[in-house]
Amino acid sequence: MIKKGTWVSVRSTILKAGERAANIPADTAAVPLDMWVKGYLEADCAMGGQATVRTATGRLEAGILEEVEPSTTVDYGNFVPEVLKIGRDARKILFGGGCCE
Amino acid sequence: MSKDMSFAAVMARKNEILMGSLGIDFSKFETGKLAFDYEGVMASTGYPYEEVRRIQLSQGVGQTPMLELPNITALARKCAKPGFGARIFIKDEAANPSGSFKDRRAATAVYAAKKLGFKGVAAATSGNYGAAVASQAAKLGLQSIIVQECFDSRKMGQPEILEKTRKCEAFGAEVIQMTVGPELFYKFLSILEETGYFSASLYSPFGIAGVETLGAEIAQQIRQLCGKDPDVVMTTHAGGGNVTGTARGLLRENCNAQIVAASVNLKGLHMASDGHFNRKSFTTGHTGFGIPFASWPDRSDMPRSAARPLRYIDRYVLVNQGEVFYMTELLANLEGLERGPAGNTSLVAAFALAQEMPEDNIIVVQETEYTGAGKHIQPQLSFARQNGIDIRFGDPTEEICGENIILPEHPGLIAARDVDMGYLRKSLVRNALAQLPAGEDVTDVDIDFLVAETKSSADFVKTAIADLRNNAG
Repeated sequence: MIKKGTWVSVRSTILKAGERAANIPADTAAVPLDMWVKGYLEADCAMGGQATVRTATGRLEAGILEEVEPSTTVDYGNFVPEVLKIGRDARKILFGGGCCE
Repeated sequence: MSKDMSFAAVMARKNEILMGSLGIDFSKFETGKLAFDYEGVMASTGYPYEEVRRIQLSQGVGQTPMLELPNITALARKCAKPGFGARIFIKDEAANPSGSFKDRRAATAVYAAKKLGFKGVAAATSGNYGAAVASQAAKLGLQSIIVQECFDSRKMGQPEILEKTRKCEAFGAEVIQMTVGPELFYKFLSILEETGYFSASLYSPFGIAGVETLGAEIAQQIRQLCGKDPDVVMTTHAGGGNVTGTARGLLRENCNAQIVAASVNLKGLHMASDGHFNRKSFTTGHTGFGIPFASWPDRSDMPRSAARPLRYIDRYVLVNQGEVFYMTELLANLEGLERGPAGNTSLVAAFALAQEMPEDNIIVVQETEYTGAGKHIQPQLSFARQNGIDIRFGDPTEEICGENIILPEHPGLIAARDVDMGYLRKSLVRNALAQLPAGEDVTDVDIDFLVAETKSSADFVKTAIADLRNNAG
């Protein structure tokens, strides 16, 4: 059970697959339009349960409790060897051989 | 009685909601069957240029450095014929409070919202503009809500957009993250109606007037540094606000530099496709916005967009994703400037165009943007590779959007590929004619309007109309 007052993320469906706007690609029309909002839990709730949160601006939003204290996951990714080569090659062209040896 | 909040009902109230959330009645500017008083709309904010500048300076926005790029210029000269290779300068817009030129666009809008007594501002954007609105709102003590198109249906999001979520939240904003689809606008309108917040649209006259200071600073700084005007100002083009505002600022300073727009070519990728969403590495500054917004500006969240790029663009060129990543790495390795990839779109085009220009010419790249975890060549290429995109060195012309990213084998392979301006101008005329009420015809006022809209001549517009009608008939 996640306690009232915990910072969480909830998911809700804004438009079901059959309710999507006309003139959108078939792959998009075949899936729902979903939304995630973060906020403080208004009442104790189990993961996956129907929750209401109070958002950063004080609004109330309802949805399925999906994440507790959601983290930012962005980083610098995996090593991409090509990135290293770009600068080394350009320095050779500009400053001559040997600069990167 | 509570309002009907269904998709159809909210969308039907679009103009009513937007008028209430911006305070501008666009209908009073209509002058013909198609025409409207563009300069009247631009003046309707009530903030003249000097006031916009004062607001920006008080908010820490603008007066960013103008930096010469001697090593990238030298590299361009190594690729050019003797005597060619213009001096390349870059306007370091990453120095703005939230890290991009979008602070200029947000500053006046958020200031106006505060003055008008709104408690908060809202914007629908996955780009730097959300961070700019959140930053300006933080400074003025307003609430902000940013609605982002963030994930595909697997809840997989591009690192660049997820970084933007983090940044908006860092400024205290509420971020609403959505899956792919244009119906995001429905949620945005619902939020405006629910909260009564100010609509800080990217396409409002507040936003575009804010970019005019960027153009004016370019003219002033180059005159000071070089004793003459720039020959070309290169702008990254998506929705048209960047090029429109910059060009208007240059004209304000009586600077007649050629205005060249540049976009990343994302041919073949559909912007509203769930499956294509994570097969592109650029979320803005690309042809998915650039071409439709050039040929029809009034597709935005404003009844009349203040961003009208074809009024100002002299030339429009495309570059490839691999070239932009490559140039981002050159900027770091040859000039010691680590900046975000998307902002370097126009630098790629400048590198190519400089080679067509004599050495004593000046070409200005009018923006950079911040970089960091997620929003950086390394995580963006890593993400592309994880999504099955083939990344390799080769000839950029071999790049197929959504399948591969080709890093140029040699800088001499970098090119700026021209878009047919005549085609774009004619498309705008066709899109305008489609707006004519049944049984109505264009008037002289409308012809003059279309001439201004396409930076062309009455002959061009009349011929285009005749051609379009002959083909339709």
